[in-house]
Amino acid sequence: MTATIAQPEVGRARLRKEDARLVTGRTRWTENITLPGMLHLAILRSPYAHARITSVNTAPALDRPNVIAAFSGADVAETQGVLACAWPVTEDMVAPTYTPLAVTEVRHVGEPVAVVVARDRASAVDALEAIEVDYEPLPVVLGLEEALAEGSPLVHSDKGTNKCYTWIFDSAEAGTGGNAVQAEADAEVVIKRRYVQQRLIPSSMEPRSVIVDPSGGEWTMYSATQIPHIVRFLLSATTGTPEHKIRVIAPDVGGGFGGKIGVTPEEWIAFTAANRVGRPVKYTESRAESMVSAHHGRDVIQDITLSARRDGTLTGVSVKLIANMGAYLGVVGPGVPLLGAFMYNAIYKVPAYRFECTGVFTNTTKTDAYRGAGRPEATYAIERAMDELAAELGLDPVEIRRRNWITHEEFPFTTVCGLVYDSGNYEAATEKALSLLGYDDLRAEQAARRASNDPVQLGIGVSTYTEMCGLAPSRILGALRYGAGGWESATIRVLATGKVEVITGTTPHGQGHVTAWSQIVADQLGVPFDDISVLYGDTRVANKGMDTYGSRSLAVGGIALVNACEKVRDKAKVVAAHMLECSADDLEFTDGAFRVRGNPEAAKTLADVALAVFTAHNLPDGIEPQLDSEATFDPSTFSFPHGTHLCATEVDTETGQVKIRRYVCVDDVGKVINPLIVEGQVHGGVAQGIAQALFEDAVYDESGNLITGSFAEYLLPSAADLPTLEADRTETPATTHPLGAKGVGEAGTIAATPAVVNAIVDALRPRGVHDVMMPCTPERVWRAAQDGSGRGSS
Amino acid sequence: MAGGPGWFWKGFVMIPVAFDYVRPSTVEDAVAAVAAGGDEAKILAGGQSLLPVLRLRLAAPALLVDLGGVGSLRGARFDSGALVIGAMTTHAEVASSALVRAEAPLVATAAAHVGDRQVRHLGTLGGSLAHADPAGDLPAVAVALDADMVLAGPSGRRTVAARDFFTDIFTTALGPAEVLVEVRFPRMSGWTGGYEKFHRTLQAWALVGVAAAVRKENGSIAEARVAFTNMGPTPVRASSVEAALVGAADLGAVKAAAAHAGEGTSPPTDISGSAEYRRHLAGVLTARAVASAAGF
Amino acid sequence: MARVSVTVDGTRYVDEVEPRTLLVHYLRDQIGKVGTVVGCDTGNCGACTVLMSGPDHVARSVKSCSVLAIQADGCAVTTVEGLADSDGTLHPVQRAFHEQHALQCGFCTPGMIMATVDLLRENPHPTEAEIREGISGNLCRCTGYQNIVRAVQQAANGGAAPSAAHSAPVESASAESASVESAARPVAHSPAVTS
Ligand SMILES: Cc1cc2nc3c(=O)[nH]c(=O)nc-3n(C[C@H](O)[C@H](O)[C@H](O)COP(=O)(O)OP(=O)(O)OC[C@H]3O[C@@H](n4cnc5c(N)ncnc54)[C@H](O)[C@@H]3O)c2cc1C
Ligand code: FES
Ligand code: FES
Repeated sequence: MTATIAQPEVGRARLRKEDARLVTGRTRWTENITLPGMLHLAILRSPYAHARITSVNTAPALDRPNVIAAFSGADVAETQGVLACAWPVTEDMVAPTYTPLAVTEVRHVGEPVAVVVARDRASAVDALEAIEVDYEPLPVVLGLEEALAEGSPLVHSDKGTNKCYTWIFDSAEAGTGGNAVQAEADAEVVIKRRYVQQRLIPSSMEPRSVIVDPSGGEWTMYSATQIPHIVRFLLSATTGTPEHKIRVIAPDVGGGFGGKIGVTPEEWIAFTAANRVGRPVKYTESRAESMVSAHHGRDVIQDITLSARRDGTLTGVSVKLIANMGAYLGVVGPGVPLLGAFMYNAIYKVPAYRFECTGVFTNTTKTDAYRGAGRPEATYAIERAMDELAAELGLDPVEIRRRNWITHEEFPFTTVCGLVYDSGNYEAATEKALSLLGYDDLRAEQAARRASNDPVQLGIGVSTYTEMCGLAPSRILGALRYGAGGWESATIRVLATGKVEVITGTTPHGQGHVTAWSQIVADQLGVPFDDISVLYGDTRVANKGMDTYGSRSLAVGGIALVNACEKVRDKAKVVAAHMLECSADDLEFTDGAFRVRGNPEAAKTLADVALAVFTAHNLPDGIEPQLDSEATFDPSTFSFPHGTHLCATEVDTETGQVKIRRYVCVDDVGKVINPLIVEGQVHGGVAQGIAQALFEDAVYDESGNLITGSFAEYLLPSAADLPTLEADRTETPATTHPLGAKGVGEAGTIAATPAVVNAIVDALRPRGVHDVMMPCTPERVWRAAQDGSGRGSS
Repeated sequence: MAGGPGWFWKGFVMIPVAFDYVRPSTVEDAVAAVAAGGDEAKILAGGQSLLPVLRLRLAAPALLVDLGGVGSLRGARFDSGALVIGAMTTHAEVASSALVRAEAPLVATAAAHVGDRQVRHLGTLGGSLAHADPAGDLPAVAVALDADMVLAGPSGRRTVAARDFFTDIFTTALGPAEVLVEVRFPRMSGWTGGYEKFHRTLQAWALVGVAAAVRKENGSIAEARVAFTNMGPTPVRASSVEAALVGAADLGAVKAAAAHAGEGTSPPTDISGSAEYRRHLAGVLTARAVASAAGF
Repeated sequence: MARVSVTVDGTRYVDEVEPRTLLVHYLRDQIGKVGTVVGCDTGNCGACTVLMSGPDHVARSVKSCSVLAIQADGCAVTTVEGLADSDGTLHPVQRAFHEQHALQCGFCTPGMIMATVDLLRENPHPTEAEIREGISGNLCRCTGYQNIVRAVQQAANGGAAPSAAHSAPVESASAESASVESAARPVAHSPAVTS
């Protein structure tokens, strides 16, 4: 029998396989899992931003009902392991010891101090109140520049400094471009601006949750994590537990956005607790705990300088950052700014570039990757500054970009950072976006409103971007001193009936890999979409993987998958040839089957071959009776999606209220596997980008308490607070790998924030406004509209 | 909740301290239960403010007296010239009641702006008023409309005028064992009104809210009532604005009167906005609320 | 401990609960209805939304983290697990969420779906603005809400895709899209929900 696959699966808007359980509530969240004999863990956390722990008495908790164990950091100091930072960005980076439970000192509000294990969650929580802790408060440092100043209180007194590292890239030194300092000295126009990336909280809707089962001399950890493979490796490395005895499972995970790429105190504490009581232990954080303990994102001060000629041509870019690490180092925290280091030149032909970033410790929750990680910061600064340059020169924001961007004929293009952009078409994406928006009409309306001094002004924000996706070539990661590789793996198991199990080392948590991977494999192997299962997120099933972040899953994991399919096809071809009694060279794989060239009716499908392999009655000599394969792919370069986002805002100058009237985006993410999923990723990313521009802000009071510690204060937008999103695409395939896909997970987040703020500033520019601090609260916008400052008290 | 920024981080847990629970079916039984429980008793209405507070262990009462079973506290009716709304009438019921919409549209409008659908399905008028959150929407409306609160206690019932009911942030004239039974809104024929709520996201509480009602004669404003949400620890009646509005016949006059909005207010400064900004907003929103109520 | 009797997704349960037990914890921990989830402590996220019948026997959306189990005594509760027909046919709102790609991680989805069912009960043909306002008690971090709005529109249109289509036309769903009926129908199982 020959199945014909008329239409290729890749490119189809397939509805997701994942949904069936999710829409009916039959989901396997970690918190839904109950193991026999399972106990519950509750964590006592520091109410101080900085204090010495002078004593902890957990004994009274043991007298509370249903309590099985209670212990403090000091009780487990020898066994609890440490939380490692995998990215020592410089040789002399200061990396303080980070223990899951604090032992002698707490350094941010919410740091774990002691735990109770009880038979039920309520009893565990109740017993926390019985634990007695004496603290001796220590001076607190919160501000970045303050932390670097002489005489500042120290977060880690033994280190003698709050400076974590300074990392520099200079195109003149690297030999990839000119001298940015010289460019500034020679420039006809210089734009210098300071931008502040406020602190954000990733806020996946599923709180983190972990279960550790220590039964039988082996450890199974269920965790709401994006990175089960990395967790297993580091748990083994830092606690001395043999890696082969640890199994980490990320069951259904309810969103991550970078917020679940940590190796977290809570996971390590659950491990320690389970070992102490010898039974499975579960911990699920409350949202309040999540807000203070799960890592935060952004929190960077950016000083950017553009050097240009009067015709608008850029001659140099230099950037100086101060990045807040928080009190400890996250697993990739110090490296986050580096992920943006090669992106400040964006889509432009920049001849000279210098980047310098200093990481700083403060008494705040640690920071780490949040959707976009480094690249939104870079895009924000350059896109805001390009608007300033345009304004300075009296040019339209689109025109300043046209004068500087890499044109489509110029690809492949080697940037001032030495990266090779393989493909792109900025002109096409921009043209499409402008016409979708009706740019000229809106400019006319803007002029009319300005002329009539309308209290509601109109602003149009332009943001063009590219990002480096597909993290990452292992050799480059090594050169950047990252502690792991950037490869990804895929396994194909062809079952006797011709159905296929795909195993991926990526760990999806909403991205729809099951659907997209099925589409790819369907085309590659000629197997119906519905005959494919995708397995992931369990180190016993997917034993090799680098997990999901950095828009890498498809651009790296997808290639591993294609390569694994090719291996299956190669082997199946030999068997098919044997079955058809011809030479393998006479066969071609078309229309989902191996067909004899010139005689397409003589054909064997993968299912035919699979059964033959299973029975193994008549296989060619030397062919093992299995059709499985495995491939690991290490990319040679990054991929570079790009796009143009346009935002039209109405700004009420009397109240400062900002209303987004239109949001149009045209993204080019290369070859699209499933347009539905791509569009969904763009929508979600744009929403988060808009939220940074307008709503979200993690704020501490002067003693280091997180004021915005719940969703009542940390404002996530609802449907009513966001505009209709008009998303379209252009498609310029990546040329560096067979799939042509570039990655889409972060695009929207990267592009949207500057689009919105550019629009607000554009609306108010005639009033002398050249910046409004994020988030652009009504008060800040109102103040800017009054006095041009935009730096309102809140 | 928004009333006290920072209140939440005092606790990181999400399970209330254990308590006892009773569900009386008459006001008398409820009063008796609260009285018996003393300081340790707390009334539960819709729970939309109380349950988050209990979950975060900011309060730990030993007894909850649930008014949910007291059927007589629910619904709206007419009674001697006043629109009477039972304390346990939910925001959703208030917002959709034909009677309320006809007789006190301002109350219905404000109730429709509280929180979200789910909150409005459980949260009650009485709970909102008794909770006395400075950022709550309904206290200002009650004050603007000169409502009367009917309270039941161990020694019987008494009536307190709205402007005397709110005594401080989260504090009212309710005695220790008193239950808010109903709210009486005097009939105001010939009045029109509007509620302007300014917030950063739809779910967020009011940065500032303005409840305004006007009565016009011969095209100009003859009488006006204006009260503010979140411009001080209690709702603020804007007497000087009201006085200045009398005789206003166009938008310019309304704006001039609204310029008095900041007088007598003591708004908070918090992460949503400074006191200065709130005063400014109060003026802009007052002008808008009054202008739309007056049809200017 | 106090005794409660609650009908959940058509089945009556009689249980002993601590008065402090939240309805959502009762549903999850005591009767195993883990489809309903908890996303916050403050009543903001809506992930825990279920339908609960009131004194008038109309089932309305409530946040089950902001209700005590004991307050649900005598009530009918419908969770996301009680929406589909017993033969597995999805409720029109569930189907619309699937067909419009209105979910990514799916954590907000049970609450979103229940909020939508409630919105359409009261307003079977909402405008886009009414939809956005109507689901504003539910936070989603993944989708940017655009496709959720489309799903609500589809459900309100009796299963037809909204006119503001995707930039890529959606593949028509396979066999399961046979029945086209209004999403405003009362949910299955609960006798108490006919309004
Ligand atoms: C996400 C969310 C958003 C919200 N947004 C808003 C908003 O925008 N605007 C707004 O105004 N409110 C908002 N609320 C609060 C909502 O309006 C509540 O309904 C209200 O604050 C309290 O009413 P309740 O019936 O729920 O009272 P409960 O929470 O049950 O009680 C509140 C307090 O009042 C006391 N109390 C209640 N009833 C009586 C009575 N009859 N006699 C004596 N004391 C009594 C209780 O003991 C308790 O101290 C929001 C709530 C949530 C969860
Ligand atoms: S869990 Fe967030 S509202 Fe109920
Ligand atoms: S789909 Fe993930 S939160 Fe909505």
